[in-house]
Amino acid sequence: MSKLISGAEIVFKALEDQNVEFIFGYPGGAVLPIYDELKNHKKIKHILVRHEQGAGHAAEGYARSSGKPGVVLVTSGPGATNVVTALTDAYMDSVPLVCISGQVPTHLIGTDAFQECDTTGITRPCTKHNWLVKDINDLPKIMHRAFEVATTGRPGPVLVDIPKDIQFAKTKYSKPKKEKKLNGKIKTKFNQKDIDQLINLMIKAKKPIFYTGGGVINSGPKASELLRELVNITGFPITSTLQGLGAFPGDDSQFIGMLGMHGTYEANNAMHDCDLLINIGARFDDRITGKIDEFSPNSKKVHIDIDPSSINKIVKVDLAIVGDVAEVISSTTKSLKNKNLNLEKSNKQKISSWWEKIQKWRTKKSLDYINSDKIIKPQHAVQRLYELTKNRDTYITTEVGQHQMWAAQHYPFSKPNRWMTSGGLGTMGYGLPAAVGVQIAHPKKLVVDIAGEASVLMTIQEMSTAVQYNLPIKIFILNNQYMGMVRQWQELLHEKNYSESYSAALPDFVKLAEAYGCVGIRAKTPGELDEKIQEMIDVDKPVIFDCCVDPHENCFPMIPSGKPHNQMLLGPKDQEENKITGKGKTLV
Amino acid sequence: MTKSKSAYSTPSKLGKLDTHIIVVWVDNESGVLARVVGLFSGRGYNIESLAVAEIDNKQNISRITIVTTGTPQVIEQIKLQLKKLVPVHKVADFEREDKKVIFKEMALLKIVANQAKIKKSLNACKKYNPVILDKTNKSVVIQVTALRREIDKMTKNLKPLGLVSASRTGAVAMTRGAEIFK
Ligand SMILES: Cc1ncc(C[n+]2csc(CCOP(=O)(O)OP(=O)(O)O)c2C)c(N)n1
Ligand SMILES: [Mg+2]
Repeated sequence: MSKLISGAEIVFKALEDQNVEFIFGYPGGAVLPIYDELKNHKKIKHILVRHEQGAGHAAEGYARSSGKPGVVLVTSGPGATNVVTALTDAYMDSVPLVCISGQVPTHLIGTDAFQECDTTGITRPCTKHNWLVKDINDLPKIMHRAFEVATTGRPGPVLVDIPKDIQFAKTKYSKPKKEKKLNGKIKTKFNQKDIDQLINLMIKAKKPIFYTGGGVINSGPKASELLRELVNITGFPITSTLQGLGAFPGDDSQFIGMLGMHGTYEANNAMHDCDLLINIGARFDDRITGKIDEFSPNSKKVHIDIDPSSINKIVKVDLAIVGDVAEVISSTTKSLKNKNLNLEKSNKQKISSWWEKIQKWRTKKSLDYINSDKIIKPQHAVQRLYELTKNRDTYITTEVGQHQMWAAQHYPFSKPNRWMTSGGLGTMGYGLPAAVGVQIAHPKKLVVDIAGEASVLMTIQEMSTAVQYNLPIKIFILNNQYMGMVRQWQELLHEKNYSESYSAALPDFVKLAEAYGCVGIRAKTPGELDEKIQEMIDVDKPVIFDCCVDPHENCFPMIPSGKPHNQMLLGPKDQEENKITGKGKTLV
Repeated sequence: MTKSKSAYSTPSKLGKLDTHIIVVWVDNESGVLARVVGLFSGRGYNIESLAVAEIDNKQNISRITIVTTGTPQVIEQIKLQLKKLVPVHKVADFEREDKKVIFKEMALLKIVANQAKIKKSLNACKKYNPVILDKTNKSVVIQVTALRREIDKMTKNLKPLGLVSASRTGAVAMTRGAEIFK
């Protein structure tokens, strides 16, 4: 009946059946049969990166900005090991990736053959699941399953390792079965009793707060809409993790800013003092909780998450609701409306003194900094970038460091999927290739990587990819000549011993841009900043923007190590009184 | 030792550690044991003993029995994390003190000694279903099935009687009565 086709062709057939449009990859001996087959599949476009880590991060950027899984293709050995950082990054931040790697032919496995490595062994701890395909007859099923595992439940990366002889071998192709499994392996659904309990807690609360995370974004744009409605009808304040930014509008009056280590004074104090904490799609990460023993000591805690293993992992909760965020919120809102509690009025009164307290915290203006007209302050640069781009649908990626936190603090988002940052793994070098992936998914949109000069050098080679595919990404470097975040910790925790955190011999980023065939722009003074940013936005080419900022600026507020939420450092003046001492120093 | 759960939290209160027997039904495919064991080592969980074999060769199901210790929170995490693994079908968890469950380990003990001591040795094993698997005039290999601590004690007692080698399995478990774990 159906004819026999090669493993390589099966790979593409499966990708087509999953409506894959782009593959981010890099060729090599063990994947040549797949590369050979590429020409026969015009619907799938291959994006040639310059390093396999770049392929992984680009696929992440593509996935996070589009909601579709990212697909990566790499060769065996070094190709596979190079992608490990990106897989781990995707695993930590729950990004759906399907990575296909070539492997030496089956008869050579285990012989230390050329470019052989134990790819499934190496990637086992950083994927949701992986497969070594030893029999061609298993390939169609495994390919379909790979997409299912990556995209259902809590999303994440998977890897399919295909030996070269399997790519040549032939079998019949079978199409994926169309079954909708929303929650992966988990079959049980939350029930109305859970929702009723949640509503009871909400009605009783005097000092409630929503604490939302990347799970809301992963649940799809609908979840963000539903969240807005729920927050609106309850009148509760809402804070967000780094990954959750954009799920709720950053400029809404009910939004009290990001929480955690560099979160706002009002968000962290509200978390500490609240009597009801409703966690939606977040995971009580240590950057969020601060000192765990003193985390939100007087609150009832509710945790809504699709991953049962996230519940009670770090913080014991009073009510756990396992389910897809969108479904849980929608049930909650429906029940609230059915009960006709008129929460909007009654509740807002009951929690009005809570809001007063929050307003008082707000007056601290914890994100403020001392601006200058001589030197560009990094926070000012982010604010100007926001002002000049807020009227378009802008996508922001970041690297890792102070610039990342300033971006999170000073660039508010009004929509989900517009903010791509490496939170869990904190991978320097994420932002540039991620921007490549975002621009592929959204060719007409403005895509900016808010970068640090140290981070960006880790994957700078992907500028070449951007040039090749005419991707007008903007690399906006807050150049402080330091690994600023490292320098900040050394200043605060290691007696200003700036051990190896200064980057001598930085490249001339403008010339570097020109060498890659893109546009280099440099801003040195606050006076020329706006004009230069506008120039960056207006050119329809990739740009490296060297924004020379104050090298000594620190990122505040900050919860120092070993301190709970209500003991934050609040900028230069506050520091003297709040020296970090003792145990805090030894912690990371 | 309880691992700190946060980069900040100093491991303050050491929770009470319980011993649990975790039984995992998995697809018998390559790498599955590495996944299970890797989950334990990667997250810093403890494995006291491990027993694994295929129990259904039609459906390719293996049964892995792991004895572990941890705080209630850690035990809960172990179960939830195991359930997330793709080849895992179901996970059962028994407390070691659970009266409704039978736990057994097997040991093969080689004793090299004179006949008097061999006799004494056999006597010492009497309570633990001893089976003589091999015998010469100066040695014996005895199979016993018992609880871990019983075997611990027995090997200690048999040392002076000429125990030269002991080979032990991990614990396996089965519920009492007609019910099975779903
Ligand atoms: C791959 C990797 N290596 C090391 C680190 C540790 N680290 C965190 S922030 C940072 C400095 C980043 O410097 P830069 O990119 O210039 O950003 P800045 O903090 O100056 O804004 C370092 C080294 C990391 N997060 N990732
Ligand atoms: Mg820097």
